[in-house]
Amino acid sequence: MDTVVLLTCTGLGLGALYFLVASGLSLIFGLMDVLNFAHGALLSVGAYATWWAGTEGGMGFWLAVVFGTAVGTVAAVLLELVLIRPLYNRPRDQILATVGVGLAVPALLMGIWGADSRPFPQPAALSGTVGLFGAIVPVNRFVLLAAAALVLVALRLFLSRTRYGLVVRAGVEDRAMVTALGIDVRKAFTLVFAIGGAAAALGGALSGLYFGSVHPGQGTSLLIFAFVVVVMGGMGSVTGAAVASVAVGLVQQFANYYTAAGLGDLSVVVLLAVLLLVRPRGLTGRLA
Amino acid sequence: MSTDTSTTSTGSAADGKSAPGRADRAIPRTGESITERSTLIYRALRWWPIALLILFLVAPYSALPLPGLLDGPLGSPGSLQLIALCLVYGALATGYDLLLGRTGLLSFGHALYFATGLYATDLAMLELQLPFAAAALFGIGCSISLALLLGSVSLRVTGIGFSMVTLAFAQAGSILVQRNPGGVTGGEEGRAAPVEMLPDSLVGIENTANLYWIALGYLVLTLAVVQWTVSSPTGRIWEGIKENERRVEVLGLRPYGFKLVAFVIAGGLAGAGGVVYLLLTGGATPQAATSDATLALLVMVVLGGSGTRWGPLLGGVLYTWAGHRLGDLANSSAIADLPAVLRVPLSQPLFLLGALFVAVVYLLPGGLAKLPARIRAGRSKTDTVGVPGPAHSLEGGTT
Repeated sequence: MDTVVLLTCTGLGLGALYFLVASGLSLIFGLMDVLNFAHGALLSVGAYATWWAGTEGGMGFWLAVVFGTAVGTVAAVLLELVLIRPLYNRPRDQILATVGVGLAVPALLMGIWGADSRPFPQPAALSGTVGLFGAIVPVNRFVLLAAAALVLVALRLFLSRTRYGLVVRAGVEDRAMVTALGIDVRKAFTLVFAIGGAAAALGGALSGLYFGSVHPGQGTSLLIFAFVVVVMGGMGSVTGAAVASVAVGLVQQFANYYTAAGLGDLSVVVLLAVLLLVRPRGLTGRLA
Repeated sequence: MSTDTSTTSTGSAADGKSAPGRADRAIPRTGESITERSTLIYRALRWWPIALLILFLVAPYSALPLPGLLDGPLGSPGSLQLIALCLVYGALATGYDLLLGRTGLLSFGHALYFATGLYATDLAMLELQLPFAAAALFGIGCSISLALLLGSVSLRVTGIGFSMVTLAFAQAGSILVQRNPGGVTGGEEGRAAPVEMLPDSLVGIENTANLYWIALGYLVLTLAVVQWTVSSPTGRIWEGIKENERRVEVLGLRPYGFKLVAFVIAGGLAGAGGVVYLLLTGGATPQAATSDATLALLVMVVLGGSGTRWGPLLGGVLYTWAGHRLGDLANSSAIADLPAVLRVPLSQPLFLLGALFVAVVYLLPGGLAKLPARIRAGRSKTDTVGVPGPAHSLEGGTT
């Protein structure tokens, strides 16, 4: 029983991490048709900025997380304005440009801080464990879950209650029609990149908490599972991404524990392939 | 960018490209019988690939030092090894372009078929005790079968869905190789090729020239296969699929089968590349199966120019050469003395290549192969006289 509880909590924590990466990825793809290969790099930037602020910057943990998220947001906005915007009429080149950034940024981080994992500052309040149904669960799992829930609620509110959210939702549904109605969707592009970058950078900051360390390839290794989540959840759907990330996180944890190690990762990527073949439009069946 | 091509022009296809430019600049100066002379020059220049091939064939007999380009003289084993690696990657990129540039399929899983050829050949020798020739055939066969199986499945989805399915399958393969099932793949360390199963003429540093010729042969084979298939009726339908798939369907053809043929041919070529790579590096390592390997191929193709005959080859050669030389550059004292702001980015080959890639996507849509045509177009715009007639046919011949 306690093993099951621990695995569930860990799986949910991992799912929360996936959600933070996938929510932005999903919105960006849904709105702009750009598969953002640089999203993992944004996560790494957030993780390193938080780590830097927490150790060399001398900030407290929460301030460091805010700092890391802000740096990631700025990086995402810069990426959109400088690299994606001039390529609006060349869709494939947009993907290629993000591939280039996805290669260059982790390499730059590696150049500055080395290829080895750096231990992440753990605040005393979050490094402990709590007993839950007889299982001893690290507190940071719940921090991740809370952050993901917060982001989910905030995104839902933003999308359903604000005018910009309306434009984004309409743009995901039919971009040409929104443009025809005289609304400049391109402003929403930058906004969506900023939101996605903020969520990914927050994910990066908290992934340091989850894994206990940061390394340059952290974002890239999470990115593929985030793709799985995005496809499963239906591209452009935030709620779908939330459901899918929980499913993926749980399947991965349980399969890795109860069968051979690595089989969980394998089963998830095979799941992606099978799903795309059976339902090319994703689970929620909205967009291809 | 342009300095790069001029420095490497002795060793790569670039010098054939710069030659037509020089020829048409000379035309107005000579005056009489312009057309006869230029057709002669044009005819002679058409044979530049053969001349280059002959140069490459005799390279192991040369002791020409190429400081800056290579560490040792041209014929030394170290240089031959590097050139052979460049040629193999050039060929792999050419094969990958069959999907990307010729059929318009953005596959993120091409490394899987390369790694299959690599590992299947290695394991056939190690575990099944097959002789090398049989193992190589087995490896290529495995690549083709896997490409047929996974291609027939993943081509059922189109567009970005196809990219993601291929990425997922390749990632599954990569995880499988790294997890070392049953101790077969050797996990992180990979498996070294068994020396006793290989023919004597392919083992040892004194036989590097043989490996080099094999790599050159593989390149010629790839170029021939790509050229032959692309100019065949199937190749024309690939071009149609790339331009407008719906329209091909309207014409009463099913794109699925044609795309599958391209996928399987590209997979088979990648598998053969895996065999050559195994000989060159003497072992199979899991890096060959990672998604980074596919991304590297993508960078090579885009750098050189996708959909062109020589572009992917040029990109592959340049990328591989730069990857090796930039690594040396990073450890050199010239870099170590620089201030940290410059030293850190310059010491990371992947950063430089990533940045270069973004720059190419931006500034050179169409890649390096389109560069001479772009320069010529730019010159004719500024030049009031305009480009003389034959230059247009030259342009058609080079790209």
